[in-house]
Amino acid sequence: MTNLIVLPILIPLLTGAILIFFGKNKLVQRVLATLSALAGIIVSFIIVQKVRTDGVQSLNISSWDAPFGITLVSDMLSALLVFTTSIIAFACLLYSFKSIGENRENHYYYSVFNFLLVGVNGAFTTGDIFNMFVFFEVMLMSSYVLLVLGGTKIQLRETIKYLLVNIISSALFVISVAYLYSVVGTLNMAHISTRINEISINGMPGILTVIAVLFLIVFGLKGAIFPLYFWLPGSYYAPPAAVLALFGALLTKVGVYAITRTYTLFFYHDGFVFQLLAILALLSVIVGVIGAIAYWDIKYIVIYNIIVAVGVILYGVSVMNPAGLTGSVYYLIHDMIIKAALFLIVGIVIAITGTSNLRKISGLITRYPGLGWTLFLAALSLAGIPPLSGFLGKLLIVQGGVEGESYIGAGLVLLSSLLVLFSVMKIFINGFWGKAQTYEGEEKTPVKWLLISPAILVVLSAIYGIGSESFLPYINMAAETLMDPSTYIEAVLKE
Amino acid sequence: MEILMAFVIGILFMTATYLMLSRSLLRIIIGTGLLSHGAHLLILTMGGLKRGAAPILRDEIDTYTDPLPQALILTAIVISFGVTAFFLVLAYRSYKELGTDNVEEMRGTKPND
Repeated sequence: MTNLIVLPILIPLLTGAILIFFGKNKLVQRVLATLSALAGIIVSFIIVQKVRTDGVQSLNISSWDAPFGITLVSDMLSALLVFTTSIIAFACLLYSFKSIGENRENHYYYSVFNFLLVGVNGAFTTGDIFNMFVFFEVMLMSSYVLLVLGGTKIQLRETIKYLLVNIISSALFVISVAYLYSVVGTLNMAHISTRINEISINGMPGILTVIAVLFLIVFGLKGAIFPLYFWLPGSYYAPPAAVLALFGALLTKVGVYAITRTYTLFFYHDGFVFQLLAILALLSVIVGVIGAIAYWDIKYIVIYNIIVAVGVILYGVSVMNPAGLTGSVYYLIHDMIIKAALFLIVGIVIAITGTSNLRKISGLITRYPGLGWTLFLAALSLAGIPPLSGFLGKLLIVQGGVEGESYIGAGLVLLSSLLVLFSVMKIFINGFWGKAQTYEGEEKTPVKWLLISPAILVVLSAIYGIGSESFLPYINMAAETLMDPSTYIEAVLKE
Repeated sequence: MEILMAFVIGILFMTATYLMLSRSLLRIIIGTGLLSHGAHLLILTMGGLKRGAAPILRDEIDTYTDPLPQALILTAIVISFGVTAFFLVLAYRSYKELGTDNVEEMRGTKPND
């Protein structure tokens, strides 16, 4: 089965295309989408095991040899991210059934949902820089549609901003690829890496540093790092909870993955860009926690926590030692799962109470204990309390920072955990404790059904944390490939 | 030749930036159009503007222009067509719903401003 690694792209693509024909048939849409999501989980799990036993998998599309055709590459990082994506997609899909509403379901919601997965899985798996641009566009185009679907005023307004920012960043991506092509004359990522290595024997030429910074701007705009995060709070405030969870868990993380991939594969010669990355990552952490503790709006609190997490992960990448990278990979996967869970929980709270203002909510724990304790566990996990999954990643990132003698960075990451815990506990204490109230939307909300998805995700995250011993070999393998690009290059170019 | 193209592309980027910073939504969309023109011309220029035949295989010709940037541009053009068409319809719809094309007025956090 050499074509195995193309399946995570192909399955949602075919499903999305087939679902177009069943635009009005809700039952068929739901059944097909569920089956394809399950198939995605199984296939991506098989890929993870395959990469574990046989090393980096690469597939030359149409059998054109490596630098000349498009190559798909699945190393451990890609495989793990695709697997996590499939799980999150399944959870969001289950949640969509009872929350997204008939109006959206009848207008190709599940098709666009699947096309988003095509883009995300493709961006994780591709080994060609221009092909990555195309998959970014697939992902973004679907995200525009998901963001605006429903057509309420706030959605229209925020989609305009989101669309404009992403058009600019896509144009910058094309420009960066054009510059890179004129310097190295190739588009295959492994081949670019060898060419850059050849011309960087006496330190990296200035033009490559410029291109590295351009890539940082491009992917930073997608991944919301400081000072390019300004579009995120408004845009993520608009869509319904299931879409929001999908965005919060996947879209920014694709930007983070792209920064990690390009910096560890192309630009590892240049100390300057890693310093720049470290500074921007720490500033993102600071801006994120300021936002998270400033708001009394539960959506904004979780949205600003995305920026914190992006900063923490990229800080781990920027120290560029084994501990830091292992921590980043571990934390990246943890954060995808827990952010999806948090957004889904927040969605339930908003559905019950009809407001996202924390001051108008109290005493939910008396009537919804399951919801309350799920949120409590998710909050502890987000902050990194030891038995849960956020702990090990942050521990390794801090260790990486200390080993890299960047004590301020390590200290900031630790301090940020405290403030993140404060911001999420604020939701729990103010919203769930206190005097019980009655709310208007409470009768209509199928809380039991909606709670299934976040509960699954929180349990998975707890297993991921408690059983970290058995997951670490996979994470270590991903970090080793990042530390040493030669395994990646050999797998692609078959030297 | 590349120098001349660099200036042209620079002017396109400059105009695009100016237009995208304006208030009217339609001017912003025109700006994005100019931005993508600039980006596409840049790919063509950075691929090299050497003299050579069009990349169609014939027996008597031995130098061709680089076919790869042309394929990249073709891809980028259709993508930006798709996005621009979506953006135009979005602008039309939001003009009808929100009653304004001034982006300064599209603010606030209330769900139904």
